[in-house]
Amino acid sequence: MRKSKFYWALSDGWTMSGRSLKHIFREPESLLMAIGLPVAIMVMFVYIFGGAIETGTEYVNYVVPGVIITCAGFGSSLIAISVTQDMVGGLFERLRSMPLLPSSLMVGHVTGGFIRNAIATTVIFLVAILIGFRPSAGLLEWLGIIGLLALFMFSLNWLFVAIGLITKSVETANAATFPMLFLPYVSSAFVPTETMPTWLHAFADNQPMTPLIETLRGLLIGTPIGNNAWLTILWFGSLLIISFILSVVIFKRKKKE
Amino acid sequence: MKDSIISVQNLKKSYGKHTVLDGLNFEVERGSIFALLGENGAGKTTTVRILATLIQADSGIATIAGYDTHRESESVKQKISLTGQYASVDELLTGEENLVMMGRLNHLSSNTVKKRTAELLDQFELTNAAKKRVKTYSGGMRRRLDIAISLLASPQVIFLDEPTTGLDPRSRRNMWNLIQQLAKNGVTIFLTTQYLEEADQLADKIAVIDSGKMVEEGTAEELKRMIGDEKVELTFDNAKEFQQASELLQGQVSEVEQRISIPAGSPESLRKLLNTLHEHGIEPSSVNFRKPTLDDVFMDITSRKRKEQSVHA
Repeated sequence: MRKSKFYWALSDGWTMSGRSLKHIFREPESLLMAIGLPVAIMVMFVYIFGGAIETGTEYVNYVVPGVIITCAGFGSSLIAISVTQDMVGGLFERLRSMPLLPSSLMVGHVTGGFIRNAIATTVIFLVAILIGFRPSAGLLEWLGIIGLLALFMFSLNWLFVAIGLITKSVETANAATFPMLFLPYVSSAFVPTETMPTWLHAFADNQPMTPLIETLRGLLIGTPIGNNAWLTILWFGSLLIISFILSVVIFKRKKKE
Repeated sequence: MKDSIISVQNLKKSYGKHTVLDGLNFEVERGSIFALLGENGAGKTTTVRILATLIQADSGIATIAGYDTHRESESVKQKISLTGQYASVDELLTGEENLVMMGRLNHLSSNTVKKRTAELLDQFELTNAAKKRVKTYSGGMRRRLDIAISLLASPQVIFLDEPTTGLDPRSRRNMWNLIQQLAKNGVTIFLTTQYLEEADQLADKIAVIDSGKMVEEGTAEELKRMIGDEKVELTFDNAKEFQQASELLQGQVSEVEQRISIPAGSPESLRKLLNTLHEHGIEPSSVNFRKPTLDDVFMDITSRKRKEQSVHA
């Protein structure tokens, strides 16, 4: 039975993705964490801080894009942990001694992470609607939202695959997930950046999360987008390419050790 | 004419200034069980990793079935399987799912995957646990599943890196039986171990390595013969009698345990020995016969080599 390399690459990626999918439902802790944490943050902001924050719209409408990004970012960062687990355990070694492209292992984690994220973000959207979120987006806007979120998730997924390949222990990989929990706070996710001190304002305005959130917000509730959409695609498109190349390079270097 | 399937010539590998392999040479005969015996850090795992194409040696040649493990690694991978020190099974999947997944990754047809999975579950006595998650398996079951996975693609050479480390004595015995069964089917088995008893039980040929160098090679019998014959061990309760006996007899004396070891020799020499003691009114508290174990061989070889090294240094 000889089939093309391309066929086997797809087949292996598919097999590994199937494994990651099984993991999502057999280890529901990480799915629950990926959903529970952002929901808690959302509820906290809407009901506790939201009343005091002046955003020009209903606060729940303002905050949803930020919560979605926090959710997706955190969800992606969990990939680092599972990649490290495979490296520390023997699976990675065994795959490398077999006649297949071991990079299918990475493909599996990226796809699995994407599906987990898709589930988590859907749940968050639903919870948001339950607590009063009323988006004005039409079909085209929703397609845009899905496209942008997919770009965001895939670029982060590959970034965290790279991080998972570098880290030597599961604990370190765990620590690598924390920045993703905090980065959205220093953006326009929860409060308008103008309310921050000047130096922080400058950082918040120019970090990649802000144009992404502004674009999502514009698509969801019709606030002006300006050139944020292009900035977002530029930022996360580059991140996707860089992370992907980085992962492949680190992966190949592992072989020579 | 010997038919060797693995051939290693002057293999060297270092990490920075730390030399792990320092010119290793050996041959493994097709269909045999070969044991690489050494302490932790002797270079066992590094050797296996080079042979299994995971890492590259700094210099030297390693071939499997005639293929170079570095330049022709794709062909080598078709012939081998590796079971590492840590069971590389997926805890969240069931035993059966693990086999099916790895079967697919081995690019077997779906019929073959199904057939091999059922066969291997049966052969490794895992049929009852097939639908249970590996998380619930015992250490011995995990190891069995791990080895079952490595057999999916019917490899010619199986690398087992410390296959019984961390197993309880009964699981270890079972693993030994299993390895012997595999060898009967004509597969070549390359195992590493730090247990001399294991090498003694299983291996057709044993290579003792220390600090990345081969220190001795041979069958278990050959290695034991180097250490010499069966010994009689005489132990004494009385310190004075022990002193007296150690002056009379020519043997290895252990002051702490008040014990004297003497080559057993013939029944005649044994009778003389006991008579001599009797004539002097000395009664040993116990008399034991002891066959040399591989432990003796190992201790003897490694300490001798180290002494030589320190003399040269």
